[in-house]
Amino acid sequence: MPAPVIARAPQPRTEQIILFRVSGQTFAISSASVQEVRSVDNIAGMAQDLPDSSIRKVRHSIRRGDRTLYIVNAALHFGLQPQPAALVFFLRRTRTALLIDGIEKMTTMSRLQALSLAFQGEELNWYRGLTAIDQAVIPVVQPEGFLSLAELTLLEGAQLAADTRAIAAQTSGAHLQ
Amino acid sequence: MSAAPIAALESTQSFVLLRLGERRFALPARQVAELVAPSRIFRFPHKSAEIEGVILRRGRMIPITDIADRLNGKKLTTRRFFLLATRKFATQADWIAIPVSGECELVATDMMESGANDSPHVAGWLSHGGEVIEVLRLSILTPGPVEHIAPLPPHDIAEALP
Repeated sequence: MPAPVIARAPQPRTEQIILFRVSGQTFAISSASVQEVRSVDNIAGMAQDLPDSSIRKVRHSIRRGDRTLYIVNAALHFGLQPQPAALVFFLRRTRTALLIDGIEKMTTMSRLQALSLAFQGEELNWYRGLTAIDQAVIPVVQPEGFLSLAELTLLEGAQLAADTRAIAAQTSGAHLQ
Repeated sequence: MSAAPIAALESTQSFVLLRLGERRFALPARQVAELVAPSRIFRFPHKSAEIEGVILRRGRMIPITDIADRLNGKKLTTRRFFLLATRKFATQADWIAIPVSGECELVATDMMESGANDSPHVAGWLSHGGEVIEVLRLSILTPGPVEHIAPLPPHDIAEALP
């Protein structure tokens, strides 16, 4: 005899998020977008200076396998007063490594409200929307929104200049030996 | 003379009268959802200068904008309530919270449509309690997608000519 089918109420769709702090402001990011979290001290030796970067929020890059990621200062990206960052989020499917102050907690959001049509600025690229957690409104960041295509093009130029300089330094060092 | 042209320009509807500093303005009542006590304003980084932050009301996150600045030339010094209203852009309705400085009043009266010389944010005029009151077009007055206003009918333009 077949087992009786029990009708279940549809479960609301939820998403795991990480609440993080940047200059005293709390943001949320989908935990699925964060590939890895490292401390700033941990990556300090691996980061490469980008002295020719014209993008104020990006001063360093880091190699991850065959890819170059750009280290974005989240405070400068959002126009906040920068504070010493403690952690780096390596964001999945982007070329961004994000400098943040700290993680508050991991939680679940059940509702993401699109930004109101009243918002007409850069925030339309910055955020996927807003969510309410513990009676507080938290913007949910868009991982692809930290670097635009135009910014990436400029950064690639700066990276090329930095690589060329590094190769020239190595070559001259080899000649001296 | 037939009264038909006047009837076409005036329509009896319900309006909410709101106070912004010394002046009163009106909004069509169908656009007004609620009048609520000021609550916590949540602020986060953005580049839309006219938006102060958002409030959380019944699970909905509603941006706040002070329209007194544009209408009276100065921001409100006293905020007694937030008026929650909706604006319509093409097919989308969008909520906005407007700080007001006094009680609101619901009236049913005729509205005279705005003319060629009126500012784009003026949808029409009411005569109430000895005052002539602007009916506001919120979609123009508050931040949002640029809205194109349909040109006035030809007879209005002709009337405006000397």
